[in-house]
Amino acid sequence: MDLGPNASFIWTAYGMVAFVIAGLITWLVLDGREQQRRLADFEARGVKRRAGPKAATASSEN
Amino acid sequence: MQTFTQRLANPTQFMGLSARLLPWVAGLAAAIIAYGLYLAFFVAPPDYLQGEIARIMFVHVPSAWIAMAGYALIAVSAFGLLVFRHPLADVAAKAAAPIGAAFTFLALFTGSLWGKPAWGTYWVWDARLTSVLILFFLYLGLIALRSSIDDETLASKLTAILALVGIVMLPIIKFSVDWGNTLHQPSSVLKLSGPTIHSSILTPLLVMGAGFLVLFVAMHLKAMRNEILRRRVKALQLAEVARAASQVVAPAE
Repeated sequence: MDLGPNASFIWTAYGMVAFVIAGLITWLVLDGREQQRRLADFEARGVKRRAGPKAATASSEN
Repeated sequence: MQTFTQRLANPTQFMGLSARLLPWVAGLAAAIIAYGLYLAFFVAPPDYLQGEIARIMFVHVPSAWIAMAGYALIAVSAFGLLVFRHPLADVAAKAAAPIGAAFTFLALFTGSLWGKPAWGTYWVWDARLTSVLILFFLYLGLIALRSSIDDETLASKLTAILALVGIVMLPIIKFSVDWGNTLHQPSSVLKLSGPTIHSSILTPLLVMGAGFLVLFVAMHLKAMRNEILRRRVKALQLAEVARAASQVVAPAE
């Protein structure tokens, strides 16, 4: 494919678009995994945001 | 019976729906952009005046469209937060800011590369280029303002107000090419009288625009999901701190 004397401008433009979009996708995927990992860590330690029905019953029994 | 938007207002239901939608939306975006690139490089002819360099248009113009659409989404979300207190409005606004900023950067960068061979310069301080640069700074301002305030509720309200004030930039950008002297070409697609581009170039441009739009939707869905998870993590951190504090206090009592 011959893009003429300005080919470097065209390839640089498309390259930067690909680079930024790939960077955004990578950031979104890694950020999602990090949040999932932290949530799983809290769940493993039994931390809950609010007392559920069982927890409420248990505390009232005590 | 709940309406569709009422169901979406529930973060848990949004997470379920977005998890099912996301792979399809992302796949659709990849397919449309791949087809758009094929049209851009193998079907669209060189521009009769600018030659091959006009192929930058197929990424420059869609990036600029998404830059403006992303900001419009933030402004609508800001309105939804301040007026209707929609639970996901702030999540949507926060998630869209970095993506919109990235596309605004791409519009500026690719436009600059197109400008050098077409105009003889990478940059001129005319109304169109300057107003898009201000939009980029506005995006950065929204991100910086939110990051600088620890109180999530206060941060969301202040950024929403700034977002609503900043919406004045959208008509300024749109009509900037009609005001005064500018090197930038006037609108040639979004015109009341219809597009003035030949269909052999317009079709690839619209396909790439659709691809970028669907890609933005996919990335925004993912960013919203991440933000909801981040808020759940923060709530759990606070719950853990509260539990620890109560255990410290209890023996003393």
